[in-house]
Amino acid sequence: MMEVVSVPPFERFYEEQQEPVLAQLRSMLGRDAADDAFQETFLRALRAYPTLDHGRHLRAWALQIARNVALDVLRRTRATSADVPDLESVDEPLPYEELRRLTAELPEKERAAVFLRYGYDLSYEDIGTALGSSPEAARQAASSGVRRLRRKELS
Amino acid sequence: MTVSPELDRRFRDAAAAEGLLDVAYELHDTPVGELLVAVTDRGVCEIHYDAEPDAEAERLARIFGTRVLRSPRPTDEVRRQLDEYFAGKRQEFELDVDLGPAREFGRAVLEQLALVPYGELTTYGTLAERAGRPRAARAVGTIMNRNPVPIVLPCHRVVGSTGSLVGYAGGLDRKRTLLELEGALLA
Repeated sequence: MMEVVSVPPFERFYEEQQEPVLAQLRSMLGRDAADDAFQETFLRALRAYPTLDHGRHLRAWALQIARNVALDVLRRTRATSADVPDLESVDEPLPYEELRRLTAELPEKERAAVFLRYGYDLSYEDIGTALGSSPEAARQAASSGVRRLRRKELS
Repeated sequence: MTVSPELDRRFRDAAAAEGLLDVAYELHDTPVGELLVAVTDRGVCEIHYDAEPDAEAERLARIFGTRVLRSPRPTDEVRRQLDEYFAGKRQEFELDVDLGPAREFGRAVLEQLALVPYGELTTYGTLAERAGRPRAARAVGTIMNRNPVPIVLPCHRVVGSTGSLVGYAGGLDRKRTLLELEGALLA
């Protein structure tokens, strides 16, 4: 029998998902637009929350909502070129500074994948959701990003 | 990526303003320690001493629904009246109470409890009698112990037939403090 994971109080969901959600929104929208999108993401989650029938994959669910909100914003602003995560616009606290500096020269997608994997410890499933690609593609982006970093270090 | 206090507060306010919460709660400092104060849209549903917020959120979610969020604004009125009470400026609370799924007798007892005036004492037996089951003093004790909204529903005013304080979910010191505040006990 599959383990039943009950839906946690929204407070816990919000506490656990707010940072990855904000990271994703900032990577897609930049800092200012991300703040508005942050609120909209969690209001949407709150509206849909009673429809959840178990508490599994909540991170992927939260990131999917964030992505939808961000895409709506981008559609509205027609700034489709910002569709690819831009980590330059992510304003990080110190623990992420180093990672950000290291990954600064990677291609966008690899940078986002490396950042979400090693900065936020997201699963490839969640990263795929965040970047709108498959888990496998997310894994490949992260590992080719890491290879690129290693090569850079050696050279 | 830390969410700024401003952004956090904006979301918590908006969630309440849009009427999306089953329960809103906040922690509140008082002379008897930090209280967790929780409200539904029907009224105050919980006041808890020494609360462990995560555990309380779980419990509230099971009773009232999963949309439980720390959101101060909906609790403002309750906290304001509590402050007035502790400052000696309020003797009666003007608040709706949401007893949730309290059973029939429990509800009857708590309704009788709400009528015990400021600064006066009653006994478990008297309350049992008023709720229609004169021999149920022990059951009344249990109901007092589980009173979801202490202070507002004044279970601290209920004592043993010999005048002993007997017990209090928040500890006897607090019971004594509340009764002294109300002038029901000589300090």
